[in-house]
Amino acid sequence: MKRGRVLVATLALLAAWQLLAMLLRQSILPAPVEVARTLVEETLHGELPKHFLASLWRVLASTLLSIGLAAPAGLLLGQSKRLNEFFLPVIYILYPIPKVVFVPVLLLFFGIGDLSKILIIFLILFFQILVLVRDQAAALRPELILSVRSLGAGRRALFRFVYLPASLPGILTALRQSIGTAVAVLYVTEVFATRFGLGYYIYFQGSSMINYPAMYAGIVVMSLLGLALYFIVDWLEKKLCGWQNP
Amino acid sequence: MIHLSSLTFSYGRGAPIFSGFSWSAARGEAWAVLGPSGCGKSTLLNLLAGLLQPTGGKVLVEGQELHRPRPHTGLIIQDYGLLPWATVRQNAELGLRVRNFYGPDGTHAPRDYKPSLQVDPWLKRLGLQDVAAKYPGQVSGGQRQRAAIARTLALEPDLLLMDEPFSSLDAPTRESLQGLVLELWAEQGLTLVTVTHAIEEAAVLGQRILLLGRPPNREPEVIDNPGAAQPGYRESAEYAAVVRELRERLMRL
Repeated sequence: MKRGRVLVATLALLAAWQLLAMLLRQSILPAPVEVARTLVEETLHGELPKHFLASLWRVLASTLLSIGLAAPAGLLLGQSKRLNEFFLPVIYILYPIPKVVFVPVLLLFFGIGDLSKILIIFLILFFQILVLVRDQAAALRPELILSVRSLGAGRRALFRFVYLPASLPGILTALRQSIGTAVAVLYVTEVFATRFGLGYYIYFQGSSMINYPAMYAGIVVMSLLGLALYFIVDWLEKKLCGWQNP
Repeated sequence: MIHLSSLTFSYGRGAPIFSGFSWSAARGEAWAVLGPSGCGKSTLLNLLAGLLQPTGGKVLVEGQELHRPRPHTGLIIQDYGLLPWATVRQNAELGLRVRNFYGPDGTHAPRDYKPSLQVDPWLKRLGLQDVAAKYPGQVSGGQRQRAAIARTLALEPDLLLMDEPFSSLDAPTRESLQGLVLELWAEQGLTLVTVTHAIEEAAVLGQRILLLGRPPNREPEVIDNPGAAQPGYRESAEYAAVVRELRERLMRL
């Protein structure tokens, strides 16, 4: 997407918001200018950065954890027919389950700290990455592996020059597809049983403090978090996987 | 250069493809291995490349028994040999990158190897400069095989093994690449072994032709074709006679 067009779309959405706020004239929909002022104020003097960092940490930790575990597992399943056939029914059953239903279970097992929140996002990303990397690895032709081995590559070089680059597109596609869901589920987990995170901040400002501009500021920051993650993945895909759309 | 001594090979518990098979190729010779599909010619090449291990007997290259791919042996296969996510240049560099990755350990790279990534002379020699920044999916089949050749020759092999290298290419491209390989064979002093199912290709690329039949192969059947690799050989009566002989022999297998 061209940068100019993204900018125009942003301005159009802000204008629509402003218009709606002017028409409604209610405190539950403050104008964007007012929200922006609160956002700056909360960022400089308030607690918003603290909540933002808590959420960011949860998303990053779970993303790295899921890549670190799902990508090797996917490579293994993709390269071994026998292992794949063994695990296929398990993945077939677990993959389509909306992982968000496990939130209460994880809270019971892992408590109300960061771990349960990180694990739920991990579950969402794990299966997505596993399945996509597995398919990518299964598509690697045995001839390709043989010819790289004939150049002197042993296990380590095969991993570095074949398996690692081969799994990148799967990882990035999985992240692009699930990062939105991950941030949504993060919100759900942060609404209950915590005092840190953007989900908590949004909910707390809206329901307890009745500070609507601050609530909207939280929503804006959470949206920006999701957007930024999406843009990073998009950028990495263009940079690292340009060969897929020549 | 190559010596097979009573080689026996079978896949798993299957019937043997080779049984007590002995064969030698001298340094600098150009061999073609010809036979119908399923005769074991690709198996033979993978054994020579060190990618398969014999069930019995020995594979010796330069007097050394082979247990893994040898740094000075190059292998070119029909297709799918290039990394789809790497450009033509990066693919040509791959062998050198693998060597740089391990360093001169004598196993993955020769002991006297000096780290380098210099493939420009090969890209130039093979006419790939203009497509060096493109991905394999963006160039023609002929250019892909040229990239595979560049990648292999950058490692300065003394033995070049090719498995049906040009069978997916159209006739003019195939003929021009066959000519190119013969030029490089003479220029680099290579020992060349080309596996093919095409009679004409065997007659063009093999000064000596090894015929394989229905497995198990026990005795090598060799046809001498000394005129191969000479300019204009394809149009000669000698070539026509060898092609006829190969066809008759293949029919009898």
